[in-house]
Amino acid sequence: MTSSEPDDAILDIHDMTVAYDRRPVLWNIDLTLNKPGLTAIVGPNGAGKSTLIKAVMGLIPMASGRVTSWGRPVGEQLSRIGYVPQRESVDWDFPINVVDTVLMGTYGELGWFRRPKRRHRERAMQCLERVGMQKFAKRQIGQLSGGQQQRVFLARALAQQADLYFMDEPMAGVDATTERIIFELLKTLRDAGRTIVVVHHDLRTVKEYFDDVVLLNVRVVASGSVESTFTAEKLQATYGGRLSILDTMAEAVRMQRETR
Amino acid sequence: MTLLTQTNLVLIGTVLLGITAGLVGTFAYLRRQSLAGDVIAHSALPGLCLAFLITESRSVIVLLAGALITGVFGACMMAVLRRVSRLREDAVLGTVLSIAYGLGIALTRVIQNHYRDEQGADLESFIIGRAATMLVGDVVQIGIAAAACSFAVLLVFKEFKLLSFDESFCRIQGWPATGLDLLLMFLTAVTVIAGLPAVGVVLTAALLIIPAAAARFWTDRLSGMMWIAAFIGGVSGATGTLLSAKLNAMPTGPLVVLTAAAFFVVSWMFAPQRGWLWNRGASREELASAAEEIISGQQTSAAEAGT
Amino acid sequence: MKILLLAERPSVPFDSVLARIADALGESHIAVENAAGTIVVGALCATACALVGCFLLLRRMSLLGDALSHSVLAGVAGVYLINGSIDPIPMFLGALTAGIITAVATQFIHRTGSVPEDSSIGIVFTSLFAFGVVVVSQAKGVHLDLDCVLFGDLAFAGMNFRPVGGWLIPEAVFTLVPTLVMTVAFLALCWKELKLTSFDPTHAATMGFSVPLIHYLMTTAVAMVTVSAMEVVGLLVVALLTVPACIARMLTDRMGRMLWIAVLSGLSCTTLGYFLALRWNSSAAGLSAVVAGVELFVAVLVAPRYGLLGRVRRSLRLRIRIAAEDVLAGLFRRMERAGSVVSESVAECRSLAGGGLAAHIAVRWLGQRGLLLTSNGMAQLSDKGQRYAQGLVRSHRLWESWLDQNFALPPDHLHDPAEAMEHFIGPEVQRQLEDDLDRPSSDPHGREIPGAPDVRASETNRP
Repeated sequence: MTSSEPDDAILDIHDMTVAYDRRPVLWNIDLTLNKPGLTAIVGPNGAGKSTLIKAVMGLIPMASGRVTSWGRPVGEQLSRIGYVPQRESVDWDFPINVVDTVLMGTYGELGWFRRPKRRHRERAMQCLERVGMQKFAKRQIGQLSGGQQQRVFLARALAQQADLYFMDEPMAGVDATTERIIFELLKTLRDAGRTIVVVHHDLRTVKEYFDDVVLLNVRVVASGSVESTFTAEKLQATYGGRLSILDTMAEAVRMQRETR
Repeated sequence: MTLLTQTNLVLIGTVLLGITAGLVGTFAYLRRQSLAGDVIAHSALPGLCLAFLITESRSVIVLLAGALITGVFGACMMAVLRRVSRLREDAVLGTVLSIAYGLGIALTRVIQNHYRDEQGADLESFIIGRAATMLVGDVVQIGIAAAACSFAVLLVFKEFKLLSFDESFCRIQGWPATGLDLLLMFLTAVTVIAGLPAVGVVLTAALLIIPAAAARFWTDRLSGMMWIAAFIGGVSGATGTLLSAKLNAMPTGPLVVLTAAAFFVVSWMFAPQRGWLWNRGASREELASAAEEIISGQQTSAAEAGT
Repeated sequence: MKILLLAERPSVPFDSVLARIADALGESHIAVENAAGTIVVGALCATACALVGCFLLLRRMSLLGDALSHSVLAGVAGVYLINGSIDPIPMFLGALTAGIITAVATQFIHRTGSVPEDSSIGIVFTSLFAFGVVVVSQAKGVHLDLDCVLFGDLAFAGMNFRPVGGWLIPEAVFTLVPTLVMTVAFLALCWKELKLTSFDPTHAATMGFSVPLIHYLMTTAVAMVTVSAMEVVGLLVVALLTVPACIARMLTDRMGRMLWIAVLSGLSCTTLGYFLALRWNSSAAGLSAVVAGVELFVAVLVAPRYGLLGRVRRSLRLRIRIAAEDVLAGLFRRMERAGSVVSESVAECRSLAGGGLAAHIAVRWLGQRGLLLTSNGMAQLSDKGQRYAQGLVRSHRLWESWLDQNFALPPDHLHDPAEAMEHFIGPEVQRQLEDDLDRPSSDPHGREIPGAPDVRASETNRP
């Protein structure tokens, strides 16, 4: 994962900084993905992992930086990018059932005003089958368990038929069986030539599941293949506490004056 | 044209209004913008007055055009205040609503004192509507607005569905979420303004909220909710009108709203699955079978994963 | 409205003062008395509303005022249905009850029906209002004028005097003063409880305070204030409840000060609103709301911390400082390369900072402060300027070294972040960076890190 030919890179993040009101959340992030594979983003709480994905997708504004995908700005490539958010971001009481949720993944390619056709519905059912949720197709989403909800959103992303996927803690809070199903699915996608970037919560399974890893704690501490990067020394640097100087500097920038 | 009695006229008007309010109100409800209609309705008053003061015309079209402009302006002011100040949603709503309304009252008094004629009555009819004295022109207006709004909602149904359910996903799929939000607000404004002469300020806002809220209890599908809300809105309009015709001198608007409120109470209490009485009576057996289902569901997925 | 014969009319408090004002302005005594009455009534209204309004704002319950003002009609209607008459005290109690029913029903619908909070409140108050309208429209032979209930009239309130104990007091005072006294008493007694439960209800509950009790007391207080104020300003009570509190919120972060500012703002709104209404022959309540709107607009613009203008001014100042520092650092680096003091054209100096308007102003400012010595269109760093620039370059290189150590960034990506950060790094952070890096002598590119310049505090005087 080096910065060789940025034009061809599947994803190229250059000098991205994201600052919420008081804290620096991401600082000078530099990252390039050149080949398909399964990449994990790990780091302590508050490291900015979710923020990284949201900023790449354009959901959060960047204070500085540039993100391109296959040489063009991400905004132009949205049809090739899929996103599975953290579960909390949705209204579970919404009047919608499982298959309709998955169907939403096809809306992007439908364009304005057109309704989903039969072939889209068939694709939605196929995606449900791939995650093992076809029996729940007509269930309202609020009636599902945590793992089932996660699988539905995964199916929605699959329905998008994207080349690059971002997933925010897809395996958090699900039972072991669901976790296994999800991972098998990711492997299938990877083998089919897709790129998947996953914010992963569990350090113990990184080596087992992923090809590459990004160690993130407000800044990129290290990135690369799991063998070379996922070492004790680098993990200690990542989890070893916040860089308080960044907090001081963020406050100074926010107040628009020099530090005392 | 004996069919076109005053009652029938009012009937057509209120039914069309109720249907549209149900359609548009469904999405306002889901977007948590139920009270935007109230703000738009109050913001419309200065527009009515200004249109009159500037053009000196009594033409309803002109007045309502002015109302629409300030109504939309009020909604935009809410968005601006939210961005620019540290005030929260509820404060922004109350602020814009009361200031716009105050301006409206002040302008109305100026008109009353200056022109010294029956314009004074208009203020009261602005609050509670004058459905009983609707003209053919009013109904035609409502009809056109209703048709346009309903058509728009049906056209962008899936886009509104996406926006209401998961705004982030909507954005990342490339849809202009802000534009869609503005469209919804605009449709709300048109519905509110069209209904003003008929049912007045507070009550138009009520029609946007109550049928949609009632409809929610009956279904778990968005399209179902939308059509049920339209149905409840239409029937409330009809019932309110007929009641008002029967019981002379009762204003139509409030009766329409009370009918809708009755629908709401019935829905809230008695709807299957989501109604209050239904849930109170959830028996031990039901809970046990629900638990069993969850466990067997997990067992199935375990079997599928081949463990 | 009672009109008493002049001969037997008792006098208004502060009679002589008002008489002198009347003579000075050339107005009639009665006119001044009415004005004084109106101002007093308006002031009582505004004060009570501002006080509870602040808490509504903090507790995110601003809509409650709007809801209550509409539900009140149902209360009045209900009492009329039961009593068949409209005596003031039952009316008041009826309105109060309607208010409390509103709050309770909203919560009930929200909890049991999973209806979102804003929709719940909308359902309740519009239904109650509709009920009220229906009943009121049927009330014949009784003076229950919809107009009056909806709009009140501040001006009338000021003219409506009642003789009590030898004095003439505006009628509305008899409801407003007790309300205000009870409100102030409630706030004074429960100040810390209110503060705690508004800020962090969960924590308050764990400390043993009854959060629901405070909530219901607050709701009752709001209902009382709303009902009393509505006699005077009608539906525009919402404006007095919401807007002064918002204005105060924009201007301060302290709760006590917020109350004071809200009260003052409310007073100014009703007073100014009344005078404008006289001038323009319009509604005093309406114009009070408009005045409030204007004050809010001004507050949003000029609030010291959060106002727009302040933000714009601060960012302009920052841009100029950054441009000035870019010029200084640029000249310093050229000096380093050349090995001796370098003189560049003023145009060249401006281009070091991007050449725009900010650069232009910056160069001039540098000259005025003696950081840059200019003559004949050429400029060079003064001693002061050199020390300042040295500090900047030191910050830049220390930051690059620190980034290199802690961030996985390629070497050619270090300069830009440091270029941005150098403007915000002061001596204290420089020391921290040095400690962190173990006193480095050169940056990742091999360039020497200059030592801490001996900067005298008085010299820098940033813009």
